[in-house]
Amino acid sequence: MAEEVKTPAPPAQPVAPAKPAAAATSASPVPVPWISPMVEKYKSQYGSALEALTYLGQNYLSVDRSLIPDILRLLRDGEQFDYCVDVTAVHYPKREKQFDVIWILYSFSRNERMRVKTQIADGASIPSCVSIWATANWLEREVYDMFGIQFEGHPDLKRILLPDGWKGHPLRKDYDILQQDKEWVQINLGIESGQ
Amino acid sequence: MNAPTNDGTQDVSKRWLSEKPYLDSNELIINMGPQHPATHGVLRVILKLDGERVLGTECVIGYLHRGVEKIAENRTYAMFNPYVDRMDYVAAVSNGLGYCEAVEKLLNVEAPPRAKYIRVILTELNRIASHQLWLGTHALDIGAMTPLFYTFRDREEILKIFERYCGARLTTHAFRIGGCQYETYAGFEKDVKKFLTFVAPKIDEYEALLTTNRIWMERTKNVGVISAADAIALGVTGPVLRASGVKWDLRKAQPYAAYSDFDFEIPVGTKGDTYDRYLVRMAEMRQSLGIIEQAVNVIPEGPIMAKVPKVIKPPVGEIYHSIEAPKGELGYFIVSDGSTQPYRLRVRPPSFVNLQALDIMVRGLLVADVVAVIGTIDIVLGEVDR
Repeated sequence: MAEEVKTPAPPAQPVAPAKPAAAATSASPVPVPWISPMVEKYKSQYGSALEALTYLGQNYLSVDRSLIPDILRLLRDGEQFDYCVDVTAVHYPKREKQFDVIWILYSFSRNERMRVKTQIADGASIPSCVSIWATANWLEREVYDMFGIQFEGHPDLKRILLPDGWKGHPLRKDYDILQQDKEWVQINLGIESGQ
Repeated sequence: MNAPTNDGTQDVSKRWLSEKPYLDSNELIINMGPQHPATHGVLRVILKLDGERVLGTECVIGYLHRGVEKIAENRTYAMFNPYVDRMDYVAAVSNGLGYCEAVEKLLNVEAPPRAKYIRVILTELNRIASHQLWLGTHALDIGAMTPLFYTFRDREEILKIFERYCGARLTTHAFRIGGCQYETYAGFEKDVKKFLTFVAPKIDEYEALLTTNRIWMERTKNVGVISAADAIALGVTGPVLRASGVKWDLRKAQPYAAYSDFDFEIPVGTKGDTYDRYLVRMAEMRQSLGIIEQAVNVIPEGPIMAKVPKVIKPPVGEIYHSIEAPKGELGYFIVSDGSTQPYRLRVRPPSFVNLQALDIMVRGLLVADVVAVIGTIDIVLGEVDR
């Protein structure tokens, strides 16, 4: 019976081939669980504090703030993720924990890339990973400069791209694109406005 | 103060190097830049010196900060495309390739083969142009003026090809999300082949001027040494990493565009000094010529644009995509909220990360060597500051 029901379906396909194809591309891909021996090991160790997902073939770990920096150190020492490509953040003002902090890692020996991300609240700090990867020094300074996220244990956490006395952190969503520290501009540049 | 005595037991130069200077033994803090011809833009380096020896440095950057990442959040995906050219403005084609591929990945579309080949040819031409500009200015900093004229003369031929292809010489905006906007012009292949035969002997000419030049070798050998382990810890990529002996190139490690179709070598150095980085970049120019030669003879026929919607609205999600730019790993991390504008766009700039290694590379060297090391890292301040 089931086969008989299916028989009218094939003729329907050639009639409208464009529609299913279009639907397939417009349907949003969704993150699927990332399965690997490494992930299994960490899952059994950390349980629900860690979630492993794959989106469009890119793997990432979504971890609880309390696992930082231990998980990063484990990834470097135990899994050869010896190259920290980038440290960055994303601001979601409507969320309770407003910031995503993201580490993009790469392993030369495995030729594998992954990301680690965690959520922190506005005003909360996060352990620095300069002692794990020296390159994090400037990268964390930039995150501090742009988002105002404090990195505990950073050797010299200060602004890097904006001037030292600047007020505000421009990559926060509540910082308008035309906004600037007018006072700083007037005092230091001697002009009314930088715009 | 115990003055150095001349008891004849030691070579004078050795004594000078081992002892504290007689008259000038105070630590000195001086500013180099931001207005300094050898900093390739507006870079300020605060140097802590003991006599003429560098004890440490601190870079002050941000003079060219334009808030590129903030601008991205306020532009549509297509509107932001020209902005990326203005980061590393001597390798604008590479920036465009990285950005377009990142958005394509987010959209889950792929550029057609013909577009990929055109992209590879233009990107490799741009790599040669970028390396030529590096060589000219780097040699000029060290005191050799002639290579600058040679490299700029020959780079002009590449810029002419860009101009004929898309109307712009430097900030080309050559690619679009989904492929290329422009079909190659009549005679493109001929121009590219003509350039290949023209420039190959010119690269030999640059090498004839420098490779065994005694002054060049004295100024670059054992200067600015960085070990492979330090380079990896500092996230250094590109020719600087390869000169330290790490055979890693994203075009091979994680091929993008059409790079998996071509044969090429990854040139590596052994010592990680300024001279090795010079040799690596010279070899890279020749490898790029080889890639272009392979590509230009077999550009596939077909469309140059994939099917991309008029209004680009990638599904909700995050993507990181990186390419091997002339200066190292250039990455784009894009977060989409399903709207027409990126929710967050992060650029992982190779110059910014590589510049961080300046401090450990110049410690213990002379002030004059700082100039050589800034040149050898090959930074572009437009990309450092964004």
